[in-house]
Amino acid sequence: MQRKAVALISGGLDSLLAVRVMQEQGIYVEGINFFTGFCVEGHTHAIRKKDQKKPKRNNALWCAEQLGIKLHIIDIVEEYKDVVFNPRYGYGANLNPCLDCKIFMVKKAREWMEAHDFDFIITGEVVGQRPKSQRKDTMPVVQKDSGIEDRLLRPLCARNLPPTLPEREGWVDRDKLYDFSGRSRKPQMALAKAFGFADYAQPAGGCCFLTDEQYSIKLQDLWQARGNKQYEMDDIMLLKVGRHIRPEPGYKLIISREEGEGKFLQGYRKQYPSLKTTSHAGPLCLIDGDFAEEQIEQAARIVARYSQGKNAPEVELEFRDTEGNTRLLTVPPLPPHELKKEWVV
Amino acid sequence: MSRTILDCRRLLCPMPVIRVQDRIAELQAGDELQAICTDPGVMQDIPAWCRINGHEILEQRLEDDEYILLIRVQDTEG
Repeated sequence: MQRKAVALISGGLDSLLAVRVMQEQGIYVEGINFFTGFCVEGHTHAIRKKDQKKPKRNNALWCAEQLGIKLHIIDIVEEYKDVVFNPRYGYGANLNPCLDCKIFMVKKAREWMEAHDFDFIITGEVVGQRPKSQRKDTMPVVQKDSGIEDRLLRPLCARNLPPTLPEREGWVDRDKLYDFSGRSRKPQMALAKAFGFADYAQPAGGCCFLTDEQYSIKLQDLWQARGNKQYEMDDIMLLKVGRHIRPEPGYKLIISREEGEGKFLQGYRKQYPSLKTTSHAGPLCLIDGDFAEEQIEQAARIVARYSQGKNAPEVELEFRDTEGNTRLLTVPPLPPHELKKEWVV
Repeated sequence: MSRTILDCRRLLCPMPVIRVQDRIAELQAGDELQAICTDPGVMQDIPAWCRINGHEILEQRLEDDEYILLIRVQDTEG
């Protein structure tokens, strides 16, 4: 009887290898890729002009195709909020709830496994590779808290861990699994070479915006301004785009840095009031939050500062509300020394 | 056989793929799905998703800054 495993596919090298190791042992594998909203996958490449030359492939899909497996991409944006807001095991260096995240994903994969009559789960985890979620003492926590117990197999480091059910039952041969550990990627690269994988996503950099310091600062600023830990999909997408400037606690400017971002932000003009320079080439700016009439002029002066009219005595801008009503403003651009450092998020 | 139009404008990777995947799960073999997208990544990703899941891309084109893909749903059970 051919056994069936569901693999957590991130799009990185480790999960690619873990699946291939299982396939070598005759296991049927299908992949799951969870979309949290914070995934570093394609988004900015699709927005910024300077990134247009970067490959726009989704690495999880690409991996699945290389492996010849089906891939199910599952939207967990809403459910994932609770992981971000209240991580039981806390955050990492930034707002990354890595251990809780892993537990959550394995739990969701377990539910999928049970619903689809698969036998076990595999991940590309390696003992000691990550400071929080991939330590010898935290790996059993993932098994216990997710409820998967010994139906979770990590083929790349299995021989450093107690035998799992698939090994004990003889579904897979433990001797043909690996004992990788630590942060070095050399063993994985050697294994990739042995399997004939020449092209794969570069391992450095992580796959989640929550591990990024700058992004976490912006998210924290959003929570502080709103007085609670909440976000919508649009909020977290917009944190990836433009300059974020908060001249007053109540409102923030999101100013495009180049044409691609301007085009992207245009799609939000029915949700956010906006400013656009008309007398000079310049950015598009969304205004997020509550602001008074006199603050529109302050915002306009800041936006003018980022336009080609920054040295002109006056710049003309169009203010547009969410109903589409427009009016023109003429303002002197804000001099650089008046743009306070603490405004820049 | 039916043709469904799916609006994926403004959605970024991987949401267009997720929308296509979820809509196809509701369709029958032989039905067609036309996805209208603005994320250029879909020109790689939706065909890749179709290939690994056994569905057929009939057409993919760029029209007025919109990426339009036409997919024929195949019977992938068993």
